[in-house]
Amino acid sequence: MVFKHDVVIVGAGLAGLRAALEVAGNVDVALISKVYPTRSHSGAAQGGIAAALGNEEPDSWEWHMYDTVKGGDYLTDQHVAEILATDAPRAVYELEHLGVPFNRTPDGKIAQRAFGGHTRDFGKAPVKRACYAADRTGRVMMDTLYFQAERKGIKVYPELQMLDLIFKDGQVAGLVAYELATGDVHVFHSRVVMLATGGYGKVYKTTSNAFANTGEGVYIPYRAGIPLEDMEFVQFHPTGIYGMGVLLSEAARGEGGILRNGSGERFMERYAPTIKDLAPRDMVSRAIRTEILEGRGIGGKDYVHLDLTHLGEQKLAERLSDITSFVKIYLGIDPAKELIPIQPTCHYMMGGIPCNVDGHVLGGSQEVVPGLYAAGECSCLSLHGANRLGCNSLLDLVVFGRRTGLQIGRDLAGLPWQELPRNPERPALERIRKIKERKAGEKAAHLRSRLQETMTLRCSVFRHEETLVQALSEIRSLEERYGKVVIDNRGARFNTDLLDALELEALLGLAEAITVSALNRKESRGAHSRDDYPERNDEEWLKHTLIQKTDGEVRVFYKPVHITRFQPKPRTY
Amino acid sequence: MEVKFKIFRFDPQVDQEPRFQSYVVSAEPGHRILDCLNRIKWEQDGTLGYRMSCGHGVCGSDGMRINGVCGLACQKLVREYEGSEILIEPLPHFKVLKDLIVDMDGFLEGIKRFQPHLISTGPALEKERLQSPEDRKKVDHVIRCILCACCTAACPAMDENPKYVGPAVLMWAYRFIHDSRDDAFRERLKAVDFADGVWSCKNYFECTRVCPKSIPVTKSINIMKGEIEKTFPESSH
Ligand SMILES: Cc1cc2nc3c(=O)[nH]c(=O)nc-3n(C[C@H](O)[C@H](O)[C@H](O)COP(=O)(O)OP(=O)(O)OC[C@H]3O[C@@H](n4cnc5c(N)ncnc54)[C@H](O)[C@@H]3O)c2cc1C
Repeated sequence: MVFKHDVVIVGAGLAGLRAALEVAGNVDVALISKVYPTRSHSGAAQGGIAAALGNEEPDSWEWHMYDTVKGGDYLTDQHVAEILATDAPRAVYELEHLGVPFNRTPDGKIAQRAFGGHTRDFGKAPVKRACYAADRTGRVMMDTLYFQAERKGIKVYPELQMLDLIFKDGQVAGLVAYELATGDVHVFHSRVVMLATGGYGKVYKTTSNAFANTGEGVYIPYRAGIPLEDMEFVQFHPTGIYGMGVLLSEAARGEGGILRNGSGERFMERYAPTIKDLAPRDMVSRAIRTEILEGRGIGGKDYVHLDLTHLGEQKLAERLSDITSFVKIYLGIDPAKELIPIQPTCHYMMGGIPCNVDGHVLGGSQEVVPGLYAAGECSCLSLHGANRLGCNSLLDLVVFGRRTGLQIGRDLAGLPWQELPRNPERPALERIRKIKERKAGEKAAHLRSRLQETMTLRCSVFRHEETLVQALSEIRSLEERYGKVVIDNRGARFNTDLLDALELEALLGLAEAITVSALNRKESRGAHSRDDYPERNDEEWLKHTLIQKTDGEVRVFYKPVHITRFQPKPRTY
Repeated sequence: MEVKFKIFRFDPQVDQEPRFQSYVVSAEPGHRILDCLNRIKWEQDGTLGYRMSCGHGVCGSDGMRINGVCGLACQKLVREYEGSEILIEPLPHFKVLKDLIVDMDGFLEGIKRFQPHLISTGPALEKERLQSPEDRKKVDHVIRCILCACCTAACPAMDENPKYVGPAVLMWAYRFIHDSRDDAFRERLKAVDFADGVWSCKNYFECTRVCPKSIPVTKSINIMKGEIEKTFPESSH
């Protein structure tokens, strides 16, 4: 079928919902989501949303901006960080007005707590900046915005998966999507497509990300020739449940939790003497890996402990109840009494589709791609630089989701309907047919776990030319084997076997983009840490990576960082 | 160890009637039931249909009936079922679309009918509305709801009265009735004061027993019954 809407937003997480709320009313807008809409991964966000409200102690947006820039190891474009920090209080008050049930201070204001890398007075000490609703901040934000979107009558297409973007003469003309319930391939004809498809942590084996986070929303424009930015910067969150990767929010340390090594030592005192366990994630993850590599893991093994035993049952119940229950369910441990085994887990992608501050997607020569917009984790505004601070993503989603919605409203008059090219769904149908007809080969799940293991082993917290070269050659051989991927479900309805196979193409393509970008950046900055180039090198590398597919080749080039207020300095905490 | 599964299979567009299919998976006691389903789908039988996403009990996708009890496959571990064959069925009271996948549209529609958004008549504010921690605490347990539908699926009162709105809808009503920032207390309370509303709840406590988020569902429904009787003493319940 062909569906027609002025604006189609791909993704019903917080970025997509916030943009939709802004666009709705004036124009015909629809959301499509591969998962049932209330299942989007924004709902997994636990710890909070940052804003310098100063409800608990003095705070200012300048400090927030500075922390964002320094947290990003100076790769952050500073005019973007300034928008984020200055707009944050408005954005959080707006969420409160819409109904988000934030926890409260004794005098009835929105409660705030400490979070990694958020400091007062330009790095002097941790500051309470994270607004939160227990440890389910993302879930309550998403339910609030979802029901507001429903109230506005925004059309939501559940369980529809984008397979292709459609362009006509360089302008977006719509997209092609697969309907899970029927197996039908539909065409969405539109004047605007906005991508809000979230992260792709499933490139890695150990991750806090959902099964749905496979990155087609980033890969599809990349396949179509749009570059990706800063792909080497992958965030590993320090505290994933050992062996599983399920996240235990940084809020646990914000509320006073401590990391301990095999001899019970609070090792972060050695790595970040001022803010210790609340150092930014890249530093804490490196510290954990270093402790483990130097034999100070628990019993010499590959994990350390998160100690919450001194927080008391009441604090755990009121502010950290979800993670308390995760630990009880999955480890059979009571965090009020026992130490929790943790290890770094792939968590967030700083890189993605290059965008300007109004959500316009930028092509290979920095030109605006007419009709194409992006926001949220799939986008790269150069906001989080080389390492995102906790609680800055939820903020990014609502600040830049809204700005993108506003910009779409302003641009629409200048974006005429493009005629659809003939049979725009043909390439997608062809890919599906080939997979369905193939009789012999390897299953996607098998190839996928090989990929995830390779990336976790060779391209994670610490990297080296040698391991990256190995990773790349394995990815390329998996890409070859992907040409013979088979499925055993040839049916039409709810065929997730087929989708697994289609998604693997995206995971492979993105893994390659991450690895090539990492191989090229010969320095250590933020989450990108090279054993063979252990120092940050501003002289040569204070620039954003862009990677682009051109005729089957990948091209890597660079663009400068926008510096306004804060000159790069050594990054210590 | 080897774990045996017996799984409900049904594609209403193809099959005359449902059947059960057996599988054997090797798994550790600490593995999730969801891990086992994934292994079946990825390694043995790609035709098995079920929903999942976050894998740790926050997205609410993988509600199903496991050995007769509704729950999330990602929150139940193999060790809880040691020795037995594990029976997996779709959520009861919901229309099966395929295998373990059920139609959730009606469920969400039910919640939407009761205005699941804040109704505020106050003036526009620049900053946040104030709310005391005590007032905020009144909704602390209900904002844990993840819309997984296990409570409604497990409720025996749904058999007695298929028109019953179900416990999940009532939790969302409760959430706004008890939000001190909301200005529609009476209207909201009135809206659940009917035979297919709170009064269909017969205190079976099944919802409370199965809720993956430990929400005291039945107790909350009873609180609303009490408030209705206090607020509208004249009407007969
Ligand atoms: C466990 C966890 C805890 C976190 N905690 C915090 C926190 O406390 N504070 C913070 O600031 N950040 C946190 N983050 C980060 C933050 O939650 C995410 O970065 C953010 O929610 C991403 O939102 P999004 O709107 O970009 O995408 P998502 O919420 O992931 O939504 C993506 C949407 O796109 C859809 N989609 C994807 N691909 C397709 C396709 N091909 N076709 C159709 N639809 C598609 C999906 O169905 C979904 O609706 C956390 C992340 C995790 C994993």
